[in-house]
Amino acid sequence: MDQGFFLLFATVAVITALTVVLARNPVHSALALMACFLQISAVFVLLEAPLLAVVQIFVYVGAIMVLFLFVIMMIDVREAVLQRFLPGGNLPALVLLVLLGAEMLVLVLSSDRFSATEPIAMREGDQIRQLSTTLFADYLLPFEAASVILLAALVGAIVLARKEPE
Amino acid sequence: MVPLWWHISLAVVLFVIGAAGVLLRRNILVVLMSLELLLNSVNINFIAFGRYYADFRGQIFAIFVIAITAAEVAVALGILVALVRNKSTLKVDDVTVMKG
Repeated sequence: MDQGFFLLFATVAVITALTVVLARNPVHSALALMACFLQISAVFVLLEAPLLAVVQIFVYVGAIMVLFLFVIMMIDVREAVLQRFLPGGNLPALVLLVLLGAEMLVLVLSSDRFSATEPIAMREGDQIRQLSTTLFADYLLPFEAASVILLAALVGAIVLARKEPE
Repeated sequence: MVPLWWHISLAVVLFVIGAAGVLLRRNILVVLMSLELLLNSVNINFIAFGRYYADFRGQIFAIFVIAITAAEVAVALGILVALVRNKSTLKVDDVTVMKG
């Protein structure tokens, strides 16, 4: 049951990821990326990380994709649609990518460290409560640093996108 | 249950596709989207390992990755809007102001 669902989600995720890279129109890329993120959040549900699945949908599908579509609408993409994309245009990079993928897959498949089928049982109790206790007790400093980084990014984005005063 | 290496293989495939988008496409928007794909494949790895070794740190690091990604996208799209306003191009090859 789980395996069937995982195969379904993984197949759709890979197909939509290929669409992101191969589509000529950036709007199609953005929509395919949204579908891919939805599949990945379904994989998170299968991994029993419901909080991460919800965060994934809120942040990526809700916020980042809206930002992408907004920017695509703001700037003119007609010129980008017209230019053709040839996958063989950059042969060294293509060869490097094939080598990278083959190497990683061979390493993962030939090692028996990744063959675990049954996860170690989680501690009993409310998973999200334990997760947030860990986050806010042991990782408080990185959490605050992340919020400062988000504030800096907010200010930076506003300053960058502002029109220059005449 | 799904074996651990299935998740890692999915992450590897998504990572290679995202790297292909970064290296082969010339459109800045698609390059940014491919970067998102790369970070997401890393997140799958974090959460899969966290689940199979019963450790919350995987999920916590995934939360941090998502937060940093949001910041990165906001800044990158701001830079992109400023770039298009000044140079009116979307091709990576045309952006050579900081000649490397």
